Amino acid sequence: MQHTISVMVENEFGVLSRVASLFSGRGFNIDSLSVAPTNEEGLSRMTIVTRGDDKILEQINKQLNKLIDVLKVIDFTDGSGIEREMALIKVTAEDESRAEVLRVVDIFRAKIIDVTPKSYTIEATGNPLKIDAILDLLRPLGLKEVVRTGAVAIGRGAKGWKG
Amino acid sequence: MKMNGARIMLECLKKEGVDTVFGYPGGTVINIYDELFSFKEIRHILPRHEQAGTHAADGYARATGKVGVAIATSGPGATNTVTAIATAYMDSIPMVIVTGQVPTALIGNDAFQEVDIIGITRPCTKHSFLIRDVKDIATIMKKAFYIARTGRPGPVLVDFPKDIQVAMGEFSYPDSVDIRSYKPTVEGHPRQVEKACKMIMESRRPVLYVGGGVVLGDAAEQLTTLARNLGIPVTTTLMGLGSFPGDDQLSLGMLGMHGAYCANMAMTHSDLIIAVGSRFDDRVTGKLATFAPNAKIIHVDVDPTSIKKNVRVDLPIVGDVKDVLAQMIKVTDKEKVKVADFVASLSMWHEEISEWKGKHPISYKSSASIIKPQFVIQKLRELSDDDAIISTDVGQHQMWTAQFFQFNRPRTLLTSGGLGTMGYGLPAAMGAQAAYPGRQVITICGDGGVQMNIQEMATLVQNKLPVKIIILNNNFLGMVRQWQELFFDKRYSQTCMELPIDYIKLADAYGAKGFLATKPEEVESVIQQGFAVDGPVIMEFKIAREEKVLPMVPAGASLNEMVLNA
Ligand SMILES: Cc1ncc(C[n+]2csc(CCOP(=O)(O)OP(=O)(O)O)c2C)c(N)n1
Ligand SMILES: [Mg+2]
Repeated sequence: MQHTISVMVENEFGVLSRVASLFSGRGFNIDSLSVAPTNEEGLSRMTIVTRGDDKILEQINKQLNKLIDVLKVIDFTDGSGIEREMALIKVTAEDESRAEVLRVVDIFRAKIIDVTPKSYTIEATGNPLKIDAILDLLRPLGLKEVVRTGAVAIGRGAKGWKG
Repeated sequence: MKMNGARIMLECLKKEGVDTVFGYPGGTVINIYDELFSFKEIRHILPRHEQAGTHAADGYARATGKVGVAIATSGPGATNTVTAIATAYMDSIPMVIVTGQVPTALIGNDAFQEVDIIGITRPCTKHSFLIRDVKDIATIMKKAFYIARTGRPGPVLVDFPKDIQVAMGEFSYPDSVDIRSYKPTVEGHPRQVEKACKMIMESRRPVLYVGGGVVLGDAAEQLTTLARNLGIPVTTTLMGLGSFPGDDQLSLGMLGMHGAYCANMAMTHSDLIIAVGSRFDDRVTGKLATFAPNAKIIHVDVDPTSIKKNVRVDLPIVGDVKDVLAQMIKVTDKEKVKVADFVASLSMWHEEISEWKGKHPISYKSSASIIKPQFVIQKLRELSDDDAIISTDVGQHQMWTAQFFQFNRPRTLLTSGGLGTMGYGLPAAMGAQAAYPGRQVITICGDGGVQMNIQEMATLVQNKLPVKIIILNNNFLGMVRQWQELFFDKRYSQTCMELPIDYIKLADAYGAKGFLATKPEEVESVIQQGFAVDGPVIMEFKIAREEKVLPMVPAGASLNEMVLNA
């Protein structure tokens, strides 16, 4: 089962490689990983999308917590979080397909951010499943290039991650 | 007062109470060595190989419970420490390893003797630091020692670029350390402890399954009290030997692949396993599917990742083993009547166990013509001091030591359990002897592994470290040969050490003394003569060449499927 985990880490030298090598060294999967600083000085937040049964997820959680630079690990899989991802999509758009691309962009509330006579470049954001869906619709029209950020996630409700 | 970074480093070590370091000089640590030249508060021991120096720091740490310290230069010096760091990591040994690094401006340029030692050791260190400013040395060192010794201990590497050793700064050592992302759980949850005690009182076939955590956590006393108060039999892992007196009635000895029949049977038939500071390693559990099929499991460990990693656990207790055991003693002390009933109810279980003990005790066929290795171990036990420290190398001799020495005290067995590093025994003994100049320190080695760090003979002689080196010489890489005999049709591929070595001459060449025994009747006198020498000694015993370590649970078999005599 797929899990989306947030990992709060000290913004220390080598912290990304510690997390990444933990996953590779112990044979855990990473479907996507994104990382950036937070509003708090010295603290970065990683969002990792991973897969495994309960036992593996328990180990991932504990092993991450064991890293000295990890402050907190949150698993959002129980529906307690909201996930968003952004994709930049370069799609072939000539003659009759130009209108079809625009229709899809409109339906998904995406944006055209670059135009040429032969292509559109689209910016789409949403739940990762929504990104999958727009890609499925655009694929028959000719995908030239796709860049995805990987998911980021935040907890629902009024509380921040510290509770 | 301003001083250079190298001096600040030494002041930090002094503040941490370090009295001995093991290190090897080179270009990127030459400034540290220059400071050391006039720094008399720290004793520096120069090994003949950085791997050995780092093993020595490990042996020092295991014997004393303090943090061991090793120093190496960048590049090859640093990579030479890697095996020893991994050895310490697998057995959770507190160490700080300081490596020189090329100047900050050159990092990443493939400079002379540059390696990414932090990258190389990332999977086998508890944590690591690169010092990037002279201002940070003291806080980093404070953190490094704190991380190394707290929680589940482990090696911490500090990479120290040369330009920062030269840079000038103020020295002030922090009094305390607070790492917001590192707060190991020390106290076991009282409710979990109560539940555990209840489960114990309801059990009829309980076993305490004890690992190195009890030795590292200095909880042998609490363990012994609890086991005796409740009359619960105790089996230990290789790393746990010494945490419970081996000659106690309740002792089942070691369990697992080369464990005692009674220990493995007790685990298999138990209804409650109380695991304390142990981690259900595959050498201990055998085939997981058939491991302790009827047992509930209580698992006490300071490291949450150890719990439920390999086996299901009914009651986890995260916490320092000493604290949790002390709490258990308190809780059960309050229920004297219940405890008395419980102890009485175990009599059937004890009977069953003593039947297993009687049926297949750890034993061997003695011989009048050829030296049996087990006999040597028994004689060593008989003739050595009660507080002697024993290190082993890795192989058959290690298992014979575990089976026949009967360790009674914690921190008297130093052995590479998790990584199984050949070459560990001699340098680890060197470290222990440096810590305890007045105690008897003995290393029990095979003829294969002793060669892997034999150069340390020079260090022993130079530093007047009177380690007694026992070589059980079967002229084979015996443990591998045993597997070849049992599972590969006696195809002894590359396990016969054809060249005989004259160890007496070898000892002589280093300025030490050597003795040789080839017949059983010589064993005792060689040991006595060796022990009488006031300096390092090699005692070589030519043993039965194809003796096997038995019993044995073949890899992947169930614990109760032991090969008893093959
Ligand atoms: C560094 C290293 N290399 C290889 C091994 C694999 N190994 C385990 S035991 C053993 C044989 C050891 O032979 P010896 O030191 O003579 O001890 P014996 O088993 O004969 O007592 C070997 C090669 C190891 N554990 N460590
Ligand atoms: Mg041998």
